[in-house]
Amino acid sequence: MRAVAALRIRKPSVIPGFGLTLGFALAYMSLIVLLPLAVLIVTSAGLGWSGFFAIATDPRVVAALKVSFGLSLLAALINAVFGMIVAWVLVRYRFPGRRLLDAFIDLPFALPTAVAGIALTAIYAPNGWVGALLAPLGVKVAYTPLGILVALVFIGLPFIVRTVQPVLEDLDREVEEAAATLGARRFTTIRRVIVPALLPPLLTGFALALARAVGEYGSVIFIAGNIPFVSEIAPLLIIVKLTEFDYAGATTIATVMLAISFMLLLLINLLQSWSARGRSRG
Amino acid sequence: MVDTAMTPAGRPPPRLDATAESTPVSLVLIAIAVVFLALFLFLPLVSVFYEALVTGFGPYFEALAEKDALAAIRLTLLVATISVPANLVFGLAAAWAIAKFEFKGKSLLITLIDLPFSVSPVTSGLIYVLLFGSQGFLGPWLQAQGIHIIFAVPGIVLATIFVTFPFIARELIPIMEEQGTGDEEAAVSLGAGGLTTFLRVTLPNVKWALLYGVLLCNARAMGEFGAVSVVSGKIRGQTNTMPLQVEILYNEYMSVAAFAIASLLALLALVTLGMKTFLEWRYADELSATRR
Repeated sequence: MRAVAALRIRKPSVIPGFGLTLGFALAYMSLIVLLPLAVLIVTSAGLGWSGFFAIATDPRVVAALKVSFGLSLLAALINAVFGMIVAWVLVRYRFPGRRLLDAFIDLPFALPTAVAGIALTAIYAPNGWVGALLAPLGVKVAYTPLGILVALVFIGLPFIVRTVQPVLEDLDREVEEAAATLGARRFTTIRRVIVPALLPPLLTGFALALARAVGEYGSVIFIAGNIPFVSEIAPLLIIVKLTEFDYAGATTIATVMLAISFMLLLLINLLQSWSARGRSRG
Repeated sequence: MVDTAMTPAGRPPPRLDATAESTPVSLVLIAIAVVFLALFLFLPLVSVFYEALVTGFGPYFEALAEKDALAAIRLTLLVATISVPANLVFGLAAAWAIAKFEFKGKSLLITLIDLPFSVSPVTSGLIYVLLFGSQGFLGPWLQAQGIHIIFAVPGIVLATIFVTFPFIARELIPIMEEQGTGDEEAAVSLGAGGLTTFLRVTLPNVKWALLYGVLLCNARAMGEFGAVSVVSGKIRGQTNTMPLQVEILYNEYMSVAAFAIASLLALLALVTLGMKTFLEWRYADELSATRR
């Protein structure tokens, strides 16, 4: 009996519909997601190692990947700091407008990227509301890599806040009280008690924000200036290659980005299981 | 968000314990958060409406009533009308199989569902070009049959389905897993059929989570830009969705017209945020734990 049970794909259940729903879900997912992605892999494999390598190490491609990954990393770091402050303020303090602020955190998820792109450009252009204040200081934001950074900070913010916030809400105040009664000063409590508890969600949010920023297109291209080797992001270079009918080039860049994103996804999953364990232990 | 109504906004709870920062420190932190959010969230949102209305309501409504603008609005609504229900059916099927049964490979399936989130929107469009484009795998055959997918509406729909694929499933799976199989088992053992059990027992239990997923899915479907811009070909009045129309007008320095259409999309975002916040506040118990 035991051998038979181990061979079964699923445990028995009285509820009907397993074959139908799983079959439909798998068929739909294969057609919409897996098959098209497989075509990407097959196409880039068709280029052969040398062909793939030649495109992937082309100076313009390398420059675009550097711009995308470098600025995404920087944006995720900025969001880690400010997102942490925002999450802290939203959870720990009570002030007028807090709930409104809380609701607006998800704006970058809800606002179409093209709209965010032209809005950020309008504000940070030399004659825009913020750009005009920065221009006399000699700081140019729009149409420079700094502009890309602004757009990536915008779209990455909710990832950090929304992963840190629930953990911070669950954090037991009694542990902090215990630390305080044992003589720890506030700074010591934050450093030794709060930060270690928030580190797993912070890293998860960081990886999510990074993964999103690397692939981001709509909010970036309007503000970037899109100068090759300076402010050209990898997703834009895919589009450029496509308009030149250079399918091999577009496919190679997409495959490299996909490979790096998968590694990030793997990292996110590991971090999430780590932080889940941390939470159940606490 | 469980603290609703416990502390009226504006009145800080009494705190003189050692587990809080001093008042100046908290005020500085609040100020940093508010300024940061103002610079990155509020100003962009306000500027959309400001730029749209900077020359008054006349040019604003003229821009919206323009022929190509109306065509873009119609196309966006059409694309969302197809892609959201398609992903809704998938989400329900996947969540039913995953939450109500134990089977091998389940965690792999859950990971694969999230896959489109880790793919750049541009790549999401590219894969359909490689599959259906004139130089793609099926391109020559499709051309012989006279079927147009790329640079036509079907390609836009497919790319939109791809990028919005996980939204509804990932809202439904956790809540249906939390609810377990007890209700369904009871219904079935009392003689209800599969469809009756689903319609009368499961669906009422997950309706708010479902609506939540549909909201997010719809917002993304109507606002998708990168994936759609690869497959659309941007033919005015035919394959331009609202975000693409915004781009074209903006690049032609038709600022007011671009921001007028953008303002409609921004309104959609505000409505989405409002309804989402309402659901989180009113039906917290009936959304998955990560949304409360």
